[in-house]
Amino acid sequence: MSRKLYVARSPRIAARRLGEEMLVMSGQGSTLFTLNPTATIVWQAADGATPLDEIVERRICPEFDVQPEEALRDAEALAEDLAKHGILLISEQPIATAQPRTQEKP
Amino acid sequence: MPGLAIQVERYSVVIAIGGIPVRVNTTDADFLELLQNRYAGFVSAKSDAEFEFDVDLSQSTFANRDADVSVRHRSGQWFMERGGFRAEWNPAKRSGTIHQTANAYSIDAVLRIVHTLLLAQQGGFLLHSASAIRNGKAFLFAGVSGAGKTTISGLAPADATLLTDEISYVRKQDEGYVAYGTPFTRERENQGENTSAPVAALYLLAHGLENRIEPLAPADAGRELLANLLFFAEDHEMVHRVFQAACDFVDRVPVSRLTFVPDARVWEMIQ
Repeated sequence: MSRKLYVARSPRIAARRLGEEMLVMSGQGSTLFTLNPTATIVWQAADGATPLDEIVERRICPEFDVQPEEALRDAEALAEDLAKHGILLISEQPIATAQPRTQEKP
Repeated sequence: MPGLAIQVERYSVVIAIGGIPVRVNTTDADFLELLQNRYAGFVSAKSDAEFEFDVDLSQSTFANRDADVSVRHRSGQWFMERGGFRAEWNPAKRSGTIHQTANAYSIDAVLRIVHTLLLAQQGGFLLHSASAIRNGKAFLFAGVSGAGKTTISGLAPADATLLTDEISYVRKQDEGYVAYGTPFTRERENQGENTSAPVAALYLLAHGLENRIEPLAPADAGRELLANLLFFAEDHEMVHRVFQAACDFVDRVPVSRLTFVPDARVWEMIQ
């Protein structure tokens, strides 16, 4: 049985959607990242309370027409990669954290 | 024992860049003259200032003259340091002290840092770009060293007013942006005019075989703008502010790639 994984946006990150792309900037080192469409969905849904498998099932599978197991494997790898860069926090428990300011045009 | 006192003369000059007057105090008359020459077009005749710095020239040597710039915030104060100067600034008290030798480069660096911090609070920024006013509108020409900032400045027609050939000063005002002239340049004779105008466009410079303007997608514009911003503070709150300021700017101001051949005809497209 696979583990439950929770993801939350790091409060030390600023993010902004510009056109079709999501840019995120780490306060540490002023490093700028551009999220791909899958990463953007995970980022936007990463509230610390919704398990990653639920994000995959509800948000990623319908969007990309992909099998849940395969999508979950990819999403876990993606989340760990984003965590390495300090963009996401990941835990096997729900995460309570102040969310970063993400601004999007109305 | 009565009457033993040394009276030290104190000299001041108010340097107003971007409409923000900063008073610089020194006890050295020669250094005052150096400042008055260096910032000639930006010396304010008024004595009022929003911020004040005392310059301490007593420290003749610094440990590592090649050290990178460091800008840190601690207990309400900013601490700035590079090989050649050390400065403290308390924005709430509106005052600070700069420890340096008697040269223009160190105080220039401190003023740049102070203005980046002030602008970040207000949604503005300093940008590696030339800028000029034409027909009442300011145009910014950004790019790294060698991209063509000095070239396009040198090609500007007589009806254009050069604000800077190196570092643009951009303030947010209402729903738009205003570009101001700056004295921040390596060559004294290339100093910009001390005037301002609303920003009409930002061009990212590229050399090419023809003159053309191509609008950039918002994310590309944001990445390019961020890559050309001057910002020094190692402070995540300020980094966030600068990031959001850059994104706000590309939401409001047209950003294009300007490919140009080095002749004056490129200015026919800048109106």
